[in-house]
Amino acid sequence: MRTFAELNFSGRLIAVEGLDGSGKSTQIYLLKRWLEAEGIKVYFSEWNSSELVKSATSKGKKRELLTPSTFSLIHATDFADRYERHLLPLLRAGYVVLCDRYIFTAYARDVTRGCPPDWVRGIYNFAALPDLTFFFKADLEVSLNRILEGRPKLKFFEAGMDLRLSTDPYESFRIFQGRILEQYMAMSREFNFVVIDANQNVETQQGAIRKLVSERIDLEYFKRRSPLPLPPAFRRKKKLETEEDMAA
Amino acid sequence: MNNHSGKCQRRFYGLGIPGVQLDELAGKLIVVEGADGSGRSTQIARLVDWLETQGHATVQVGLKRSTLVSAELEKAQEGNILSRTTLSLFYATDFADQLENIILPALKAGFIVLSDRYIYTLMARDMVRGIDEAWLKNLYGIALEPDAVFYLEVEPQELVQRNLSKKAALDYWESGMDLGLSRDMFDSFLKYQENVQAVFRQLQKTYGFTIVDGNRPVESLTAELSEKIGAVLAKK
Repeated sequence: MRTFAELNFSGRLIAVEGLDGSGKSTQIYLLKRWLEAEGIKVYFSEWNSSELVKSATSKGKKRELLTPSTFSLIHATDFADRYERHLLPLLRAGYVVLCDRYIFTAYARDVTRGCPPDWVRGIYNFAALPDLTFFFKADLEVSLNRILEGRPKLKFFEAGMDLRLSTDPYESFRIFQGRILEQYMAMSREFNFVVIDANQNVETQQGAIRKLVSERIDLEYFKRRSPLPLPPAFRRKKKLETEEDMAA
Repeated sequence: MNNHSGKCQRRFYGLGIPGVQLDELAGKLIVVEGADGSGRSTQIARLVDWLETQGHATVQVGLKRSTLVSAELEKAQEGNILSRTTLSLFYATDFADQLENIILPALKAGFIVLSDRYIYTLMARDMVRGIDEAWLKNLYGIALEPDAVFYLEVEPQELVQRNLSKKAALDYWESGMDLGLSRDMFDSFLKYQENVQAVFRQLQKTYGFTIVDGNRPVESLTAELSEKIGAVLAKK
């Protein structure tokens, strides 16, 4: 497997990985804000967000229809849809694509659920590797507390209840997340994860991330050559004016 | 696996579904493959009649019938907006859902499962569209090897006649219109079906299914299939 840079794509892909509650979504959001302010062509894509597949996934989760295999396959379908329709064309067009979770999420979760590692990796082998992957490593307790404080009711699959690790959702969640963390750590070196200490404060982490991104990626190259399109409200107004002109 | 007992021949094609006890699957899995208009559904209906009369319990499965994704898959296909890997994985999800929630439990309960198409159609369709065979083999390594697979082969010219006499139109996907083989649906249908048949012949070498001449009267086909299925059931 090769990275987008190695495959001569003009764009670059940056991924963030980590447990729920590790703060990775906050960090990638702040990275996006910075890159946008720098005038860089950015696109953000989130795990499990394809419009087409989402209704099936949420039905499967709500009605607890999913098995480890279908859980894996439906997320792979979701990923493939985003990959083929959005990520690939944007990366061809020279965008910096930011992914909140990438194939490593599937590697860690599906294997924890009992799917054979080779099967999962084989399915995702149509995807290129990120040019940069940040892994947010927080103490397990810190991640757990962050999630458990904010959302007192855990969802069935989120808590790994399908694995029958414990009848108590909180206990199940702790064991499940612990196992996922082990999977992540085991692949950290293989996929060159840049490990960020997620126990640090938000600003310190963001500072380190921005520094690394600007060192690894020649950001000048990814700036928009043409001016940004006008915001929609302004466009409408202009259109109305033109129509008035034509009426007159 | 209980190889010492000598009766457990069951296997998955590849890495399989985690946690399944293969020797518990006492039923039989019979697959009928073929293009639209090859007579699959007619034959399956007749076989179900025959089997149930003989006292066997049956269950039927088929593509795009899963609780999990069939509605979404149908909708996505109408708009023709999915790219090939996505469509492929969507179908694989549909297959896996039926495999785990219908096929395996039914086999465990000793039913005869009649599958209206199986992974071979899914693989052939994808291979015609340029998807890597090794990738598909890994993906469908979850599939259970059936007890018998019959591929009803019918000349593309005959398929055209049967489809038109039934619906007075050719199906967009069964004509492979997404491949741009021809703007003309009639020509595209013939080319596409020829390509699919060629891939089926290639897959036959790997999977060893029985190719049955489908250019025949319904009764003669049922007679051949029931005789062969009878032999599979007698093997026990």
